[in-house]
Amino acid sequence: MRSFAQWPAPLSGGGTSEEQALTFNQGREQRLLVLPALFDEANKLRRQTVEVMHRLDLSGIDSFLPDLPGCNESAQPLEAQTLESWRETAVAAAKYFDATHLLTIRSGALLAPGGLPGWRYAPHGGKQLLRSMLRARTIAAREAGREETIADLDATGRADGIELAGWQLGAELFSALSDSKTPASETLADIPSDAVPGAGLWLRAEPDEDPEQSDAIAAIIAIALSES
Amino acid sequence: MDREPVTDGTENTPTEDSEAPSGLAPSRHAIDVQLRSILCDVLGLDSDDVEQFDNDTGLFGHLPELDSMAVAGLLTEMEDRMDIIIEDDDVDGEMLETYGGLLTFAEAKVIEG
Repeated sequence: MRSFAQWPAPLSGGGTSEEQALTFNQGREQRLLVLPALFDEANKLRRQTVEVMHRLDLSGIDSFLPDLPGCNESAQPLEAQTLESWRETAVAAAKYFDATHLLTIRSGALLAPGGLPGWRYAPHGGKQLLRSMLRARTIAAREAGREETIADLDATGRADGIELAGWQLGAELFSALSDSKTPASETLADIPSDAVPGAGLWLRAEPDEDPEQSDAIAAIIAIALSES
Repeated sequence: MDREPVTDGTENTPTEDSEAPSGLAPSRHAIDVQLRSILCDVLGLDSDDVEQFDNDTGLFGHLPELDSMAVAGLLTEMEDRMDIIIEDDDVDGEMLETYGGLLTFAEAKVIEG
């Protein structure tokens, strides 16, 4: 059954922050940590992500979707977060929830802790994620009669941090994401895109869900785990 | 606001520009198909609806789904799938106003690339 748990996420400056996690937890043997997509893509894919977790629950698999500090329900400021601190968050969450497996969604692939086997759904790096967000800002600026260029905004973001599409990104996070291509992984298998029918929901202008896609993603994981 | 695509209201009768697929050069037809598929994915519209788009079908400012974030996603997806680079200066009202404008732009970029 779906519920929420509080868990102590480590912060970049030391200490911890009580963050929320959406969980399907019955203390079962197979326990999947889900690292969500980032920013706007997280919103567009959250419902779909939880639909996948719900299906895994019905297949006897526990799963955990932690809030990263600065994201979702977190009370921490987003601009204080770094890619490195989020990676530590992911390691801590895997430990706290006793995860046996991992599922990363989109740019969540950048945060994958080493050592856990699992899957990546539509992995990509930070570079393109930011390119879309930078472009959205230049288009909005142009509509408002201001001229902004992606190159100038990129320089600003790297030096001082920047607000993109409502997300206040610190310089360190912005730079690290800008320089991140889709990472390679030896322990995680990519869910084949042709196994998931239709187009990715992160492309959509509005959040949505797609039962067939949720079925496909959950089935790939559940079948693999039932054989392990 | 309804979610129907805004068209010029006329039936999608073939004209010299919008005739498909036999009237199009192969490359233009291929780009046309690819662009419709991207719009479908980004706007979450049925392919039947997007099939009805003609050169005068309004996009930015006409489709409620297409806000600046969605336009950015659309352009980034075009870059990925068509293997093109879209510069800041390329993005203007004209190219985004109608389906025909976007198609012409995509075609020029693919040829240039």
